[in-house]
Amino acid sequence: MDRIPILRMGDLLLVTIQFELHDRLVMAMQDDLMRLIAETGARGVLIDISALDLVDSFTARVIANTAEMARMMDAETVLVGMQPAVAITLVELGLSFHGVYTALNAEKGVQLLKKIRGPLTGESSDDTAGE
Amino acid sequence: MTPPGNERVPIQSEDDIVRARRIARTYAQELGIGLTNQTKLVTAVSELARNVYVHGGGGTMQIEIVSNRGNQGIRLTFEDHGPGIPDINLAMQDGYTTGNGLGLGLGGAKRLVHEFEIESWVGRGTRVTIVMWA
Ligand SMILES: Nc1ncnc2c1ncn2[C@@H]1O[C@H](COP(=O)(O)OP(=O)(O)OP(=O)(O)O)[C@@H](O)[C@H]1O
Ligand SMILES: [Mg+2]
Repeated sequence: MDRIPILRMGDLLLVTIQFELHDRLVMAMQDDLMRLIAETGARGVLIDISALDLVDSFTARVIANTAEMARMMDAETVLVGMQPAVAITLVELGLSFHGVYTALNAEKGVQLLKKIRGPLTGESSDDTAGE
Repeated sequence: MTPPGNERVPIQSEDDIVRARRIARTYAQELGIGLTNQTKLVTAVSELARNVYVHGGGGTMQIEIVSNRGNQGIRLTFEDHGPGIPDINLAMQDGYTTGNGLGLGLGGAKRLVHEFEIESWVGRGTRVTIVMWA
């Protein structure tokens, strides 16, 4: 079975959803992510959905639940890269990602996580060198 | 690919839900429906196809190209022979669910498309018809 790849970058876990979502793929991602948070002690999770041209109520519910579970394990989640048409559709569908942070792109997502969680070791660049 | 004007696809599995979305997207693109309405349409398809699969025990999605005064549109009919819906008004309400969903599928789908119609017969099945105009 396919898996959604999860990348570890220091204190961060980066989930990039690249292809069309099957229900069981979404559920597997949730399991994998929880296991990785426990194993690595990650404090932040970025879920990149920029490649998704459709988010229905099922996927939205799993993402919201995932963020809630991650929070119970002391990791904050930021959803990044939502396409404009997807955002418009979600609001009309009646879904508002309450309690899920969002950012325009991965870079802004990392900045947001830093603001929420304080310094993170995750950036590959040298801007953490002086901390 | 130029889609034919009339097609019926089965909805018997999760894979079929994904396939139904893809086919609807292809038709919408062919008709020149804009990206936002395309996205709304395929999201409605996802909700309704999932209802057919989860609540209706499987069924079909029929696709038709329709036209009205020179304007073309896509009409999708979701049909199953499941248990039916005893109280449609209740089922249409946001937040009402007999499963563990959010209860947003039906009400949400209605908001996402130009036309929406639902008929249901207890013990015999449910039919939902939607139209999105180009
Ligand atoms: N095809 C169907 N056959 C039988 N019952 C249905 C069908 N479609 C919907 N229903 C009933 O209507 C209710 C509301 O449907 P709706 O799609 O709005 O919410 P849901 O499927 O329960 O949750 P969600 O779609 O948000 O995940 C369902 O819980 C179910 O009881
Ligand atoms: Mg539903």
